[in-house]
Amino acid sequence: MLELIVYGIIYGSIIALGAIGVTLIYGILRFANFAHGDLMTVGAYLALFFVQVLFPMLGVPQERFGGTSFGWPLILALPLAAGGTALVAIALDQFFYRPLRQRRASPVILAMASLGAAFIVRNLIYIIWGPDKINYFPGLVRPAWQLPFDVRLRPDELIIFVVALVLVVSLYLFLQKTKLGKAMRATADNPDLARITGINTERVRIWTWGIGAGLAAIAGILYGVNALLYPEMGWGFLLPLFAAAILGTVGNPYGALAGGLIIGIVQRISTLWLNPAYQPAVAFLVLIVVLLVRPQGLFGGRS
Amino acid sequence: MELKRMLVLAAMAILGGWLVSFFGRSRRWSVPLFVVGAALFGMGIALAPAAWVDYLVTPAIAAVIYAILSVGLNVQWGMTGLFNIGIAAFFAIGAFTSAMITKEMPTGLAAEYIKQLFGWGLPFPAGIAGAIVVSGVLALLIGLLTLRLREDYLAIATIGIAESLRLVFQNERWLANGPQPLPGIPKPLFCLVEDPPCAWLPGFLKEWLAPLDSRDYDAILLVLLTAALVVIFFLVQRVAHSPWGRVLRAIREDEAAAAMCGKNVFSFKVQAFVLGACVMGVAGALFTASVSTIDFGLFHPMSYTFLVWVMLMAGGSGNHKGAVFGAFAIWTIWMGTTFLSDQLVPFQFKTQVFYVRYMLVGLLLIAILLFRPQGILPEEKGEQSK
Repeated sequence: MLELIVYGIIYGSIIALGAIGVTLIYGILRFANFAHGDLMTVGAYLALFFVQVLFPMLGVPQERFGGTSFGWPLILALPLAAGGTALVAIALDQFFYRPLRQRRASPVILAMASLGAAFIVRNLIYIIWGPDKINYFPGLVRPAWQLPFDVRLRPDELIIFVVALVLVVSLYLFLQKTKLGKAMRATADNPDLARITGINTERVRIWTWGIGAGLAAIAGILYGVNALLYPEMGWGFLLPLFAAAILGTVGNPYGALAGGLIIGIVQRISTLWLNPAYQPAVAFLVLIVVLLVRPQGLFGGRS
Repeated sequence: MELKRMLVLAAMAILGGWLVSFFGRSRRWSVPLFVVGAALFGMGIALAPAAWVDYLVTPAIAAVIYAILSVGLNVQWGMTGLFNIGIAAFFAIGAFTSAMITKEMPTGLAAEYIKQLFGWGLPFPAGIAGAIVVSGVLALLIGLLTLRLREDYLAIATIGIAESLRLVFQNERWLANGPQPLPGIPKPLFCLVEDPPCAWLPGFLKEWLAPLDSRDYDAILLVLLTAALVVIFFLVQRVAHSPWGRVLRAIREDEAAAAMCGKNVFSFKVQAFVLGACVMGVAGALFTASVSTIDFGLFHPMSYTFLVWVMLMAGGSGNHKGAVFGAFAIWTIWMGTTFLSDQLVPFQFKTQVFYVRYMLVGLLLIAILLFRPQGILPEEKGEQSK
């Protein structure tokens, strides 16, 4: 049980990184980005390209810390893949979403466009890397530590949690302390009011895409480290992401963090009684309960 | 001319004439256009080599099923503005319900290998009725849960139900034979091509149909499905032009205004969502007639949710003619590119080409949203559509 909670926290921190992007985009751009899971996939595969193709060519040292997947290649790949994914998201916004926005298209149309974008991105990954499941470091032995209370934990999983924690803390500082972060929160609260007070909302939108996609990319990489990469991996995350964002009140990044952790823990604990294959359905079940009991989410006062 | 070709010719001439007649602005134009279209398609079938006719029937059946799905989606999206991305779920649940209602419970040795929740062995109309009920109830539950909330919550819930249903059907053996396909689904009116034919047929029809054997069943099915599409189209068209349909369009255009006029927006949305889902369920039931085994892997969201959306948006959402036309147009392009890539692309790039085509469909959807959101056949406004 304790072991499952620990696994749930680690899995939940991956969900949370993705859900923060979903909730920021939901709050600031006002639509449900169904391509967000696929942005996770993009990040994971970009990192794969760096780790397996580019870095060996450049002669980046390959050794890793102890029994972990982390070494220079992956540490360098994290920011590079995050930046690359951010550029992909910003490009999608400039080419697809901005023209629709300027036409004052309804949020549903934007959501539909995001579905199309998700399709384009996913199939590009299929074309380039093929449908097989891939490991970052094939054949790597990653022994687990035996911790008290019967908890087995791989060093990788601890690092995943630490990376997620560092990112969330920096996001917190960014949103609370910087001018841009405050502008983002203001735009999420009320876009019209934000524009009247002189906030450049178009710039805020670009940053939103960048931050959301960057976090999604890192979530994708961390998931890839913990499990495997395959082109549909991000699509499979879509339900947990949206369940976490709605559970933690749409537009509230800290709520998404809490929502992600709750969904992660519930999904892992459900394996005590349920076939593990049902984990996405468990996220959906949580979502249904939230919609029935408290559709505004845990932290929502307004509807 | 052999009988099979005549059946295919009849179905294709009706479909072809019908599709061409959509471009007539008024009734005065649509009749001559129908005749021209029917003549062109009929001539094509009459003159084509027999192998081509055989080659055409299966994709034509799929196109008709897609057209029904597209009409169902048009009730939800085009008329009411409800964003359903779980089309595959309603389609699949209709198919499985109908399959289990029409097929018998396996006995003897087969019972060891084929597990299913029930098997009633009832005639096909009972299967269609069951598909309508089950997909309607599923839609009712989702609608009651989400249609009061923000509009995109419906979309998320429909993705959720589609993925969850997939997991259930793929993991629960007792329900519908789990990950293995469910075999032995009876085909409606299959006895027409059997020897001896159905006992209830009048004598002259027995003689007329005598040359057909079981390989020619597809031609009968195409005629049957064409008839089903036409019936569904006219029913839904009738509904669209009723006062009820006008309320739906009012809700789509301006929810607050519709509510001000005393319309119960929530209730109308639920009704429209359920009606659309029932049409999708019927499509599922009809789909079982074209395959003899089904498994949930067939109902992939790529082919049965996303492609249907592209069909409706390309054809023209809000217009049932557009929904039908879009289904046929996109399916023709889809099959055409399959054929071309089979012929032209070297063997080692086959898998890539498969994904390139899906990617282009994604681009097409966004291009439609950006450059022609009203579709090929825009919604007809006012009374000229009558």
